Amino acid sequence: MISGRTLAQGAGCEDKMSRLYIDEVSCCYLSEEDYRALGLSDGMNLLLTSPHGSAVLRAGVDKGLPKGMVFIPMGPWANMLTGTDTKGCGMPGFKGVEVEVTPTDEKVLDIRELMLRGR
Amino acid sequence: MIIKGGIVYDPANGIFGEEMDICIENGRIAEDAGGEVIDARGLLVMPGGVDAHSHIAGPKLNTGRIMRPDDSRMGTEPRTGVCRPSTGYTVPNCYAIGYRYARLGYTTAFEAATPIIEARHTHEELEEIPIVDKGALTLFGSNWTVMECVRENDMEKLAAYVAWGLRAARGYGVKIVNPGGGEAWGFGSNVKSIHDPVPHFDVTPAQIIRALAEVNERLRLPHSIHLHFNNLGRPGNYTTAIETLELLKDIKPSRMRQVVHVAHMQFSAYGGTGWKDFESKASVIADYFNQTDHATMDLGQIIFGPATTMTADAPLEYANARIGHQKWSNHDIELEESSGVVPWVYMRKMPVNAVQWAIGLELALLTKDPWKVVMTTDHPNGGPFVNYPEIIALLMSREKREEEMKTLHEVVRSRSTLPSIEREIDWSEIVIMTRAAPARILGLEDKGHLGIGADADISIYNIRPDEIDPSKDHAKVKAGMSRAKYTIKGGAVVVRDGEIVAAPQGRTYWVDAAVPERDMDRMLSSLKEKFERYYSIRMSNYMVQDAYLSNPFVVRAGVQPLKEVI
Amino acid sequence: MRLQIEDVLCTFCGCLCDDIRVEVDGGRIEKVRGACRLGSSKIMGHSRIKSPMIRVNGELREASYEEAYRKAAEILVSAKHPLLYGWASTTCEALKKGILLAEEIGGVVDTTATVCHGPSIIGIEEKGLVGSTLGQIKNRADLIVFWGCNPSEAHPRHTLRYSSNASGRFIPEGRKDRKVLVIDVRETRTARNADRFLRIQPGTDYEMISALRMIIGGKAESLPEDVAGVSRKELVEIAEMMRSAKFGAIFFGLGLTHSRGRYKNVDNALSLVSELNSHTKFVIMAMRGHYNVTGAGQVLAWSSGYPMAVDYARGAPYYNPGETSCCDLLSRRDVDAAMIIASDPASNLPRGCVEALAEMPVIQIDPFENPTTFFADVVIPSAIAGIEAEGTAYRMDGLSLRLRKLVDTEYPSDVEILQAILDNVRRLRDDN
Ligand code: SF4
Ligand SMILES: [Zn+2]
Repeated sequence: MISGRTLAQGAGCEDKMSRLYIDEVSCCYLSEEDYRALGLSDGMNLLLTSPHGSAVLRAGVDKGLPKGMVFIPMGPWANMLTGTDTKGCGMPGFKGVEVEVTPTDEKVLDIRELMLRGR
Repeated sequence: MIIKGGIVYDPANGIFGEEMDICIENGRIAEDAGGEVIDARGLLVMPGGVDAHSHIAGPKLNTGRIMRPDDSRMGTEPRTGVCRPSTGYTVPNCYAIGYRYARLGYTTAFEAATPIIEARHTHEELEEIPIVDKGALTLFGSNWTVMECVRENDMEKLAAYVAWGLRAARGYGVKIVNPGGGEAWGFGSNVKSIHDPVPHFDVTPAQIIRALAEVNERLRLPHSIHLHFNNLGRPGNYTTAIETLELLKDIKPSRMRQVVHVAHMQFSAYGGTGWKDFESKASVIADYFNQTDHATMDLGQIIFGPATTMTADAPLEYANARIGHQKWSNHDIELEESSGVVPWVYMRKMPVNAVQWAIGLELALLTKDPWKVVMTTDHPNGGPFVNYPEIIALLMSREKREEEMKTLHEVVRSRSTLPSIEREIDWSEIVIMTRAAPARILGLEDKGHLGIGADADISIYNIRPDEIDPSKDHAKVKAGMSRAKYTIKGGAVVVRDGEIVAAPQGRTYWVDAAVPERDMDRMLSSLKEKFERYYSIRMSNYMVQDAYLSNPFVVRAGVQPLKEVI
Repeated sequence: MRLQIEDVLCTFCGCLCDDIRVEVDGGRIEKVRGACRLGSSKIMGHSRIKSPMIRVNGELREASYEEAYRKAAEILVSAKHPLLYGWASTTCEALKKGILLAEEIGGVVDTTATVCHGPSIIGIEEKGLVGSTLGQIKNRADLIVFWGCNPSEAHPRHTLRYSSNASGRFIPEGRKDRKVLVIDVRETRTARNADRFLRIQPGTDYEMISALRMIIGGKAESLPEDVAGVSRKELVEIAEMMRSAKFGAIFFGLGLTHSRGRYKNVDNALSLVSELNSHTKFVIMAMRGHYNVTGAGQVLAWSSGYPMAVDYARGAPYYNPGETSCCDLLSRRDVDAAMIIASDPASNLPRGCVEALAEMPVIQIDPFENPTTFFADVVIPSAIAGIEAEGTAYRMDGLSLRLRKLVDTEYPSDVEILQAILDNVRRLRDDN
């Protein structure tokens, strides 16, 4: 899994409570091949699990992605999956996290539920 | 305030070690005064130190800090009731710069090189330096507009641009570094002599230097052009130095001062055809200064140990990085300059370093007139300014020089004339080289002396000139000069017994030079085009705004008020 | 009265565009011209935090500014080791106050750089930075390389103003006179507009850079036929593109700093550029994200000697990224209170750090609500720098520019807020 900036994520990043921003950062993108292999279609959700945590995101396609890679715009959903180890340099691993991807019927939490989950 | 009973050195006013009282009223030297009495009986008293060439503020300083956390870790001092924390040795943080100058008894320091477009950053840092008065020289030597005016031989337009540039940068004077080389470096090359044309611009360094010198006098600027020669730092470059100085011999100064000030002469007094036969040509250079009267110099003395080289001479820094196998930062500045930063270490057993060390001292000792010499290390290029007391001790004591030379590579004896020099500088000459001359060279009328009306910037040292013999007691000289007993800045005690007791905000000097309105208009219309087509920022966002000078001191020059442009 | 303000700075991304036109009518911004979508949505504005708030029994309740300042000061004074975090989207003047506050309370100042280009800074500590202003690239660069960055989405006007599509003195035809090379793990919008796109496997940046260094150093034949999925032939072509440029510029992004290797990737890239200068002219620049993340590093550097992660607990600045950086401090529970200014660590830090934040008292200073607000105990709304308050910001190339004030506001500026907190801290200290 890699996370990164996108236009919509950027436009909303100083307006974090906006629908636009939240829709953008709660979506995960797969290659066309993987998307098809998982039998996904519009409106379906994915459960992503990494060694550091898990989250449910909406599934999308990014034609620019190679097989086996998941892209999530930077934000709270991506960070559910990243670890805190900085390898002594202050920077956690935002890119290159191994994740397991399973289609799910669970819904995508709203931002408040997500942030306060388990508290 | 009255300073009582000190042994006063004020060579600008013909006072060479006389016991006398000094009165201070409203921040200036006065006929008489009341209030606090400072007992200076028998102690060495002189005007506050003036550093005419030091790198203390601006992007290259932060580049040095950021690439050298190792250096920031040296010299850490926690905050006190008065002081904010200090860090760094060769690249101190802003607070340390102010406190350390004050502890040495220095009350004024000028940043030697700032590109106009980055002057806002320079002023942001100058604002953070406590205590000392300061100013910044502005870079013009590889500037497109300058070179185009020179090519068109349009001196009126050039004068207008220099006046505008000084105002835009809130700068104090015209700095020229490796003229033309900064532009050539834009495509990775350099100019090799003063007659080597600058690629794409069809002008030579010689033409740039001469034009800027003429314009400097046309504008009656307080300071002369301040020149870092082409080929600086390269073996055999003393010929470039003399050839360049010859260019300027016939220019008439518009004020009672030199026509050209040479930056860190040490780095341009080299003989040899390469590093293997590298040798000192300080005696040739000193002879030239002894025979002419249009030039002054600062030393750029090296200090053994760590340094951080930083200069607008970017090709030189590239060469330094390669020779020293050092990390290298480079920074090209659109339409104006290039620059570089490279950490360095001067080593006693390294033949070239030993000779460089000797050259600085030779220049000071062989130049007969101390008014032509300013003591500097080109901080932090030759080493940090906190080492000035070491240089003072070396200049005052042949014995100390002999002791030092024993620890150096033996070439120092064969490739410099230092071993044969007997001269020992006296206190008056030290005061000239560290106070009176730099103030006069910069054109700071109220500094560097203790006449009535002068700024009450005074240093008092725990040294009894009537009792010690600097030639023998050089260790006491060095210790005493390292920690002022008192430093008084603008009439306020800022250092007592070597400790900072107050940290007021100093002033920032800049020069507002007037030019005829029609020249300014003509210049601005072509400058506007540069902003439309080439600069990456808008003209209206270019000039340094008033907000960046909380305590400005404006020196007026030129002939008629400058037209308000923005 | 309708007022047209020219040459306004956009306080959104590190491009810090300074050519925006804004129409103001009756103290309100009516129109923004010349900015990209990111910039205009910020300048046009959106919903704000209405009033200061203090958390009482788990709920945020409206409070006066005075109450909020006092509560914030109490939190900071009673903390043993507070973290003052953010600073990338406010002015240098605000950070100056923040540093003074940190000195007085023995706190840590860290900026969002540590989770962005922090590794780039560590790389620079190792190798130095061979760079230039953006205008130098605009006027001269005939080769632009985007490595692990995607300006089309993150810095939309970069290519037009400074790089691929800009024209300049020695590049009169703009895009026609330049080659654009994109190196990335996915085919981004930037890649689609390039002359050449090199797709690499995730986490292999280091190998690619090393291979290019070997080719440029004349050791191509020692390379295997295939370097982490890229053929030697292709790498030789890319190296040749670089070496034959008259002036090359590499812009790199989080693709280098966030992936395997982190600062080592940047270190290696800096070495590559340094070595290219033995053959031609080359510069490199980090694509800094927030509009003043560069300035935050500059202010910290001249104040403390270090550009991020500065701990004042010992009375003198102490710096050790990996120890004094926010992510490590939080995950180790090494700080016991946090003041967050103009940023959103709740969204931007890993979950483990956010949990730590949830356990400690948090002060938030921001014009806008964001997920960090869920965890804040004191919320202090502020004026938007560059729109409602003046100040200084530094563009990604280190050029400093002055932000203008376009409209009046009731909200205090970050500088005023921090000064008020500082005053309250001093008062509390004097009382004790
Ligand atoms: S590119 Fe960046 S600075 Fe320029 S308008 Fe867009 S968001 Fe603002
Ligand atoms: Zn210098």
